[in-house]
Amino acid sequence: MKSCLLCGVGGQGTVLASRIMASAAMEKGLFARTAETIGMAQRGGSVVSHVRIGEYVPSPLIPAKGADVILGFEPGEVLRNLNFLKEDGTVIVCPDEVVPITASLSGSAYDGKAILDHLRSVVSRLVVLDTAEIIAACGSSRVVNVALLGALAESGVMGIDREEMHHALKKKIKPALLAVNEKALNMGAETIGREK
Amino acid sequence: MVELLMGNEAVAMGAIAAGVQVVSGYPGTPSTEVLETIAKRNPGHIHVEWSVNEKAGLEVAAGAAYAGVRSLVTMKQVGLNVASDPLMCVNYIGVKGGMVVYVADDPGPISSQTEQDTRHFGRYAKIPVFDCSSPEEAFQLIQDAFAFSEREGVPVILRSTTRVCHSCASLDVPEVHPPQKADGFEKDPRWVIFPRLSYMAKKRIFAAEEKYAAEFSRFEKNEIIGSGPVGIACGGVSFAYVMDAIAGKEDRYTVFKVATPYPFPEEKGKSFLNSVQKAYVFEELDPVIEDSLIYLRPEIEIFGKRNGCVPVAGELSCDIVSAVLGLNEAEKGSSLDAPKLPPRPPVLCAGCPHRASFYAVKKAMKGKKAVFCGDIGCYTLGNAMPLDMVDTCLCMGAGITVAQGLYHADQEAQQFAFIGDSTFFASGITGVINAVYNKADLILVILDNRTTAMTGHQPHPGIGMTVMREETEVVDIGAILKGCGLTFIRHVDPFDLEKAVATVKEAADERGVRAIIFRSPCIALEKHDAFLTVDEDRCSGCFKCIRELGCPALIKGEEKTSINPKLCIGCGLCQSICPKDCIGKGGAPS
Repeated sequence: MKSCLLCGVGGQGTVLASRIMASAAMEKGLFARTAETIGMAQRGGSVVSHVRIGEYVPSPLIPAKGADVILGFEPGEVLRNLNFLKEDGTVIVCPDEVVPITASLSGSAYDGKAILDHLRSVVSRLVVLDTAEIIAACGSSRVVNVALLGALAESGVMGIDREEMHHALKKKIKPALLAVNEKALNMGAETIGREK
Repeated sequence: MVELLMGNEAVAMGAIAAGVQVVSGYPGTPSTEVLETIAKRNPGHIHVEWSVNEKAGLEVAAGAAYAGVRSLVTMKQVGLNVASDPLMCVNYIGVKGGMVVYVADDPGPISSQTEQDTRHFGRYAKIPVFDCSSPEEAFQLIQDAFAFSEREGVPVILRSTTRVCHSCASLDVPEVHPPQKADGFEKDPRWVIFPRLSYMAKKRIFAAEEKYAAEFSRFEKNEIIGSGPVGIACGGVSFAYVMDAIAGKEDRYTVFKVATPYPFPEEKGKSFLNSVQKAYVFEELDPVIEDSLIYLRPEIEIFGKRNGCVPVAGELSCDIVSAVLGLNEAEKGSSLDAPKLPPRPPVLCAGCPHRASFYAVKKAMKGKKAVFCGDIGCYTLGNAMPLDMVDTCLCMGAGITVAQGLYHADQEAQQFAFIGDSTFFASGITGVINAVYNKADLILVILDNRTTAMTGHQPHPGIGMTVMREETEVVDIGAILKGCGLTFIRHVDPFDLEKAVATVKEAADERGVRAIIFRSPCIALEKHDAFLTVDEDRCSGCFKCIRELGCPALIKGEEKTSINPKLCIGCGLCQSICPKDCIGKGGAPS
């Protein structure tokens, strides 16, 4: 069984990403379970999706230190959920911080760079997407979730390769938006190997 | 075909497979997707409706079942409180077609007022309860529930919880069966509840409890797994957590999975208790399975909520189960040098019209004694700083009536009651009539964002569209208020801040029941291309916009405010309060 925790801020597209990942696993004949944050917590709050795939998946929720990989849509949310990561787990993260309004109101610091530096020091394998480059090339910030899936596929951690992820993507994305998402998938994938 | 289905979608597909023909309900997390999925996958023969509230929905479903068709009504746990009047009665009458009451409970609670447990409601109403442990089981269980209901002529409850409702699993969905033809309603004294009939029915219901308990002991989904010396009884999603926690160590345990918590399968419970040396009970919400086992006078010790071994509030998890069973490895502390992380609670979206409405009332009432009664919906989030505009919140529709009680106790403060459009239709109207009739003094603020936003944008009676996307009559809120006897009714766009503040002041100078309808559509209903930017040269860094509005698109820098273009939709509220007039049109994001 392989487990991936997706975390971010409500509205960033974690649910669609978890569905695409689960579909790709099902295409391979594997069993998939997901669990998502829906409802009040979605309103700009912290959200997580659990994706678990394999022959036998008893529970939809990943236990502490049970995630093979964390797919982070926002660096602070990765830090918040780091207790889910296995000792030798991988983190793939977007570097763009989303400052919570609680930080602006209280005047407390929220420094995405400091968070990434900390993650670099404690995570055994950290992949940071060049989201600025991807957004510029694709012309949309809405493709970041698919770029993360591209990097995840190429990393090999979940046992789903780029072709399989691409196949699932085609089923879940509107034809008009497919081309930019394919570009994002490939650019995300190409991050692997170039990681620091 | 194998599909990835959410638990609620699996319930919907199971209901369609069981031949359901009438489906009603009221939106409420985590139950909403059942009805939406049936509407989406409707083969054409199913009547699907968002009822005005849960009571109406349950009565519609009962009527359909009287006429011999299979019916389903869906709601969240607190919705069952609203529907409890017909629920308590319909078991005395019975049904002809199968009738399932689907109720989604919310351990945590994550999106609710209470952590109440619907299994108690089943026991109280003496209505059998089926409890789902996974999406795949839910798909089967609702079909079992329909068959049972129709065979026995009684309504049944299918209970689920958040992590079943909102988790997905691979599921093989077979072809849909055509529904059976119903005979239609046949006139008979049995459909009219009267004391004599209820007396007889009570005897029948009491006798059936024992019969169903015996039958449920033979029901294959009440399952005893393994033969280890340590017993674990569980139900719902806790079964999944247990199986995850004991993976690889199954030989130590005997697991008793309870799929029908009421009536409790006592015979199977006894054989479970007799086969183990001690027993743990894992279930979310209340100790229902635990109490049922204790009632069997076991000779072994039972470890659960009653003796403090299992947490009584909040969700369970694989980690909690492991810890209680002593299977956890020592928890490694988090690293000390990690940057501090402020919480990220849910907030009103950037551009949300509720923020503008709350702000207008706050401005208008500054320095005056006022109480702001809130209600259930996105606008409950108006309680957060810096708006701080929700002084009370109880249950659906309560803001209007709580405000009346406050007024009768204290006439010095101006009472305000805020209510959303969908909540107004669901349970606000009786409160307005009560206020007018009993001479209360309050300002009713209707936050009309043209949808049921919190639960995912369902239509309601004020929209002119049904869940099947068919056009229908528009029920006008202003006309209802006029019909209730109100004379002060104002419609205002909350983003016209000046006019909004003036209208609130005008209302405050009047007496009696006054209403302001702030109408502006939920920002999630439309696409927004514009965003605003801050002219850094002119921004003085007073941060008034952040301090007073708390909009998540506003970012506090070292010396200046900036705006997150991905979140800003250009509503202009910050622009209208900036003392330096330094916020303006930025352009359209790519």
